[in-house]
Amino acid sequence: MTMLPQTTQKKLGLVIDLDICVGCHACAVNCKEWNTGGYGAALSDTEPYGDSPTGAWLNRIHTYEVTPEDAPASIVHFPKSCLHCDDAPCVTVCPTGASYKRSEDGIVLVDEDMCIGCGLCAWSCPYGAREMDPTENVMKKCTLCVDRIYNENLEEADRVPACVKTCPASARHFGDFADPNSDVSKMVADRGGMNLMPEMETSPVNKYLPPRPKTRPESTGCGSASAASSVVADKGVLGWLDRALTSLDKLG
Amino acid sequence: MHPAISVIFFTVISGAGFGFIALLGLGWAMPNSALAAFLISLLAGGLCVIGLLSSLFHLGHPERFWRAFSQWRSSWLSREGVLSVLTLTLFAIYALIWMATGERIGVLGFIIAVLSIITIYATSMIYASLKTVPSWHNVLTSICYVAFGLASGIVLAATFGTASYVLGMSVSVLAGLALVAAWGLKLLWWRRADGVGFSDTGSDTGTATGLGHLGKVKLFEKPHSGENYLTKEMMHQIGRKHAKKLRAISVGLGLIVPFIFAALAFVTGAYGPFMFLAFLSMLAGLFAERWLFFAEAKHAVSLYY
Repeated sequence: MTMLPQTTQKKLGLVIDLDICVGCHACAVNCKEWNTGGYGAALSDTEPYGDSPTGAWLNRIHTYEVTPEDAPASIVHFPKSCLHCDDAPCVTVCPTGASYKRSEDGIVLVDEDMCIGCGLCAWSCPYGAREMDPTENVMKKCTLCVDRIYNENLEEADRVPACVKTCPASARHFGDFADPNSDVSKMVADRGGMNLMPEMETSPVNKYLPPRPKTRPESTGCGSASAASSVVADKGVLGWLDRALTSLDKLG
Repeated sequence: MHPAISVIFFTVISGAGFGFIALLGLGWAMPNSALAAFLISLLAGGLCVIGLLSSLFHLGHPERFWRAFSQWRSSWLSREGVLSVLTLTLFAIYALIWMATGERIGVLGFIIAVLSIITIYATSMIYASLKTVPSWHNVLTSICYVAFGLASGIVLAATFGTASYVLGMSVSVLAGLALVAAWGLKLLWWRRADGVGFSDTGSDTGTATGLGHLGKVKLFEKPHSGENYLTKEMMHQIGRKHAKKLRAISVGLGLIVPFIFAALAFVTGAYGPFMFLAFLSMLAGLFAERWLFFAEAKHAVSLYY
């Protein structure tokens, strides 16, 4: 059924902290590892050891260079997976009902037995969250590890998505955004959690925490000659050396 | 976007088929023998069916195509499927009555004509409804699809019809006008598509990453060193390289050559052969036009790359 639910009881999703992510790709690797043996068809690769390996991934980590007008560039690692949107266009375009959003927890899933592999859902997603499996020819996407989070065969501590469990920096958090007192809701409130491409009106559930503001040295000239000459060391041996060498200028 | 041959063939051929059906339904004069009725109906219906079958080759699991009729409440692709089958079923009844009695039922024909146009509109909406592809996301996309469908239909009707004059003008003049009108609308579409970028939504790499408020955002490293489904499907590059030449080719084959054939038909009075040549050339032009429709389209996901 590809009509979207009016509301969902829970809004399960992820918070991704761009201030903390170190870009190690462990989340993508563990995602692939878990999901190739879990829900639905295996996540296949073509030519994995050949000249041009490609394959289906549910999570990919981009790296961006952000250059403020008045400061040097910084690097932001940016993991990207399905945002489990409230107004998911990938669900409504599906002609077969394979693509659906669950009313109980808001997870967007694909019933692979019903998928005809037309690819229209991937076209409708602005985030590139869906990828066609090159071997099974059905659409693959993040399931929010639906086969982990409710899995009573796992320790309770392990009932979180594989990417969250494996992140060595704790840059990824899983929780219910419908509950204003959940950890993820609080994090979003405290840190100004943001939606990606809000103008696409998809109402994503997943939120991204922006990098914290950088502390900047008072001098912003970063290494230019004028900046160097204004640096003064006034204590200890370094201070003496600074004064002595500066006094040489007068001789010249 | 990746220009899949099956989808290009589907949109062009089915569009022509439904355009032809619309004109038959509106009562364009045709030879009335049972055999002629059969062959003309077979051609019109056949174009639609061949186009629809071709679209199945685009699917990862064509054997499950029947599931696509279920989600008409939300999906334009599903609506297109349902409308195609409905229109073709009614057209089959219309054609059977025509063959058996030599009569074409006006009311039924009119309903079929309206449904045909709605079906072409539904095809266009598969693309025009996608907010992620700004050059498609506009009413001009639907107008062009319907205009090209009807223009193809008029050229076909002029080929096989018995009327020399329709709406008070020579059928070849009417076909020529339809061609000029359809391609004029396409020129407007191209002009908008060239300028639109992501200005409709204001999306850029800054909004895509949410980092725009911090400064200028540029991709530093791709997720993987190689290509992936997204880069192959949504970021087709080769088409854009030759876009100018292909536009000229599509206008040449789709408008100028058929227009010359229509003029020859007008001068010589040999409508059948010349209008058929016009139709063949127009199809070639439309294949180029539709190839560009996909190849030139920029998808929002490219902002991440």
